[in-house]
Amino acid sequence: MNFPILSSLILLPTIGSIFILFGKSSSNYNSAKYISLFISVGNFILSLYLWYLFDKNISEFQFVEERIWLEGFINYKVGIDGISILFIILTTFITSICVISVNSTIEHRLKDFLAAILFMETMMIGVFCSLDLVIFYLFFEAGLIPMFLIIGIWGGSRRVYSAFKFFLYTLLGSVLMLVAIIYIYWITGTTDVVKLYELGIDAKYQNLLWLAFFSSFAVKTPMWPVHTWLPDAHVEAPTAGSVLLAAILLKMAGYGFIRFSLGLFPIASEYFISLVFILSLIAIIYTSLIALMQEDMKKLIAYSSVAHMGFVTMGIFTMTPEGIEGSIFQMISHGIISAALFLCVGVVYDRMHTRQINEYGGVVSVMPKYAVVFMVFTLGALGLPGTTGFIGEFLILLGTFKVNFLVATIASLGVILGAAYMLWLYRRIVFGEITNSKVKKLVDLNTTEIVILSTLAFISILFGFYPDPLIGSTSTSVQGLIDLFNTNLNIYAVSKL
Amino acid sequence: MMNLDFVFPEIFLSLSIMFLLMIGVFKKKSEKLVYNLSTIILVILLALVVNLFSVDEMFIFNEGYKIDKLSSFMKSLTILSAIFVMISSSSYLKFLNILKIEYPILILSSILGMMVMISSNDLIVFYLGLELQSLALYVLASFNRDNILSSESGLKYFVLSALSSGLLLYGCSLVYGFSGSTNFININISSVNSDYGVIFGLVFIIVGLAFKITAVPFHMWAPDVYQGSPTSVTLFFAALPKVAALTVIIRFLFIPFANLIDQWQTILIFISIASMVFGAVAAIGQSNLKRLIAYSSIGHMGYALAGVASGTNQGIQSSITYMSIYLVMTLAFFSCLLMLRKKNDYYEKIEDLSGLSINHPILSLSLLVVLFSLAGIPPLAGFFAKFYVFMAVIEQGMFFLAIIGLLSTVIAAFYYLRLIKIIYFDKSKENFETDHNFGLKATLTITTGILVLYFLYPRFLNEVVSQIVVL
Repeated sequence: MNFPILSSLILLPTIGSIFILFGKSSSNYNSAKYISLFISVGNFILSLYLWYLFDKNISEFQFVEERIWLEGFINYKVGIDGISILFIILTTFITSICVISVNSTIEHRLKDFLAAILFMETMMIGVFCSLDLVIFYLFFEAGLIPMFLIIGIWGGSRRVYSAFKFFLYTLLGSVLMLVAIIYIYWITGTTDVVKLYELGIDAKYQNLLWLAFFSSFAVKTPMWPVHTWLPDAHVEAPTAGSVLLAAILLKMAGYGFIRFSLGLFPIASEYFISLVFILSLIAIIYTSLIALMQEDMKKLIAYSSVAHMGFVTMGIFTMTPEGIEGSIFQMISHGIISAALFLCVGVVYDRMHTRQINEYGGVVSVMPKYAVVFMVFTLGALGLPGTTGFIGEFLILLGTFKVNFLVATIASLGVILGAAYMLWLYRRIVFGEITNSKVKKLVDLNTTEIVILSTLAFISILFGFYPDPLIGSTSTSVQGLIDLFNTNLNIYAVSKL
Repeated sequence: MMNLDFVFPEIFLSLSIMFLLMIGVFKKKSEKLVYNLSTIILVILLALVVNLFSVDEMFIFNEGYKIDKLSSFMKSLTILSAIFVMISSSSYLKFLNILKIEYPILILSSILGMMVMISSNDLIVFYLGLELQSLALYVLASFNRDNILSSESGLKYFVLSALSSGLLLYGCSLVYGFSGSTNFININISSVNSDYGVIFGLVFIIVGLAFKITAVPFHMWAPDVYQGSPTSVTLFFAALPKVAALTVIIRFLFIPFANLIDQWQTILIFISIASMVFGAVAAIGQSNLKRLIAYSSIGHMGYALAGVASGTNQGIQSSITYMSIYLVMTLAFFSCLLMLRKKNDYYEKIEDLSGLSINHPILSLSLLVVLFSLAGIPPLAGFFAKFYVFMAVIEQGMFFLAIIGLLSTVIAAFYYLRLIKIIYFDKSKENFETDHNFGLKATLTITTGILVLYFLYPRFLNEVVSQIVVL
């Protein structure tokens, strides 16, 4: 295994974006389109190849690459295990979808936009495969730059406010994590995640360090009460930006919880379970109620994202194999379904230039194909059996019932609320009388849109019926993580006696 | 004769200055010649100073002058940035019609002053260097004498700087009076049983030096002077004197007063926190780019001092790294500023930048890089500068300082983002010509290149800086 496949995955998009930026500056948009399409699809194929090579029967990190970066201090170290492999494939897949979808919607400064998306891809893949805390932080933070520009340059009317809010919220959360990372270096002498898993961190430091990491991940997830940047960012971002944000950026935090909060601070994670459960429950119930009241389609989906991520955090902190696998599955599923929902919103937004739900109604009679795919994703979002959404939520609730009956019962109510707001959204947009004369002039999906949306629908249904490829890849590593977790807890319990 | 080899760069520089003066006096219309010659002199000087980097420790002139790794590195840094300052500002000076023979000569004399300061191991030598560089700077600040703001800034700088020099001298005399020596090494021996007089002197000297590096609460002159001076001089102000003053702070605090660390550490922590917070908050309301960068540099000095305040070798090294990267960022930012020209003036207002990205994509991209780097967002060099400082600070368990510092980077990020917003998100206002001077372009390309690519090979600077051991 000499070929540095992970580094290629990380670097390829950046090289592409450099080509796009500094290629002939004459407004030759076609070459930019083709370069970005070529790079993103190539990266997707490369990641599928990675999945093919990936050995799902071992829980250790694979494809590990290590290079000296700062002598005797920090090494560039990347590697993947069953927890991260799916996120990498999701990233390359969604980026390709974004690049394809962008071509038809963005006219203004397309070159810069594509370059920003590709740069973003580098950072996102980097987050999912870095095995050093400092490298992780670099990728985690650097992703803010392209996203800030995507929201700010190509966003809607309140784009400046949203871009600033997004950037400053996330930065504020992350700086505390930086303090924690540096402190970990001083107490253990390394920032290498694999070594830290072995060494363990002294119990007396864990609570504070956990909170510092939590502050960063909670903002990014986002958990109640620091979720308020998300609706703004989603609403103002261009379609491709919302898709990236919902499908991948939010998953960075969920991934971080699994990899770092559980892996590095087991004792603190155990200590703070009730905090996470309470915040997750509030996110599930409260933001679902808020979603019911939204007049803006994107805002509604944004709040539903917060609710879905509430399930994810709850599942992670059940510390059961079902809960964590369910959370990973739910993140992948939400990545696909929310991306598709934002694309669906984008489809009608491009035609009508409004996101107000009450301007629509009766879309089914003019856009029947649209109504069908939108139906699939609506049902996926509310967790209908047969879609990926069901399996994620089901596993999470299964895990939660094992741990805490009350929490699981309340969370189940969230499933009902989810069905309520999604179906109501669908009813208000697709069914009913046509009240707005503009709706009559709508044109049904074009070929590109059909290809993109039906691919997403196919994936969502395929893995809904046959989840094994996804769960099979993760289960060994999740079990390994839980074993590590329990060993650490036992050692601590013994040392306390 | 042997010993003079170690001060050969300084001697060479002094002789060159006199030589250039002669050319200026006897040859008519020699402005360009003198300007170019002085750039060449700086390049030679750089080679001479780098050559001395192998010297570990060397005292000359009755232990009043010290050549070590710290001094060689800081001198190289100073001269290197001076070279970039010279090559990037020539077209600006021509444009404003202030390219006179005195300009490069004053720059050279102030660099001579800085070199003396950096190497000084004696209060008197240090004061000589300080005054030499300051006197040249007073004139430079008011160099655009037809402009009322420039004259005002020169005068303001002179008056306030004289006050701080007074305080500094007062401190020096107190230290001398209570320790019986002006030499850093001898002060060190006698200040073990600390008198209040020595501590008073120490505080006064810190105040004087804090004034020079524009640390809060001695920063009041900076925004006005930065705004009023010609932009090329502002660049000079923002970059070079701070290197020299920081070196003196390091040397002064860690050699004679190493034993009094409990006394000065608190002061430095306060100054550092105040600068970081004030720099971040006060910059938000600014509408002039040069004022903004003044506040920004106040904030940056806070971070550099935080490293020193940690009181360890690693802290000093992190401060030095911080200064190096700060210099690169400052050079990059100002070369962008110097490029933005309209028909008869340069742009200084923030709103003038609006929509820059539409007509000047590459220039805006460089500004984007510089601003994100100043804000300390990875993977740009500015992040690593802060990272090293906080490594050192957290090692000493100074979490309060670290957290305040990192929170103020978030506040500071706001005004850098505001600039990016104006450049990238706003509508284009008017079209303006950019300066296509080669030196300016080269400076911008090199500095932005360093900022972007630093993360690939951070070892290089680390290995050099880690040889500097003060304690």
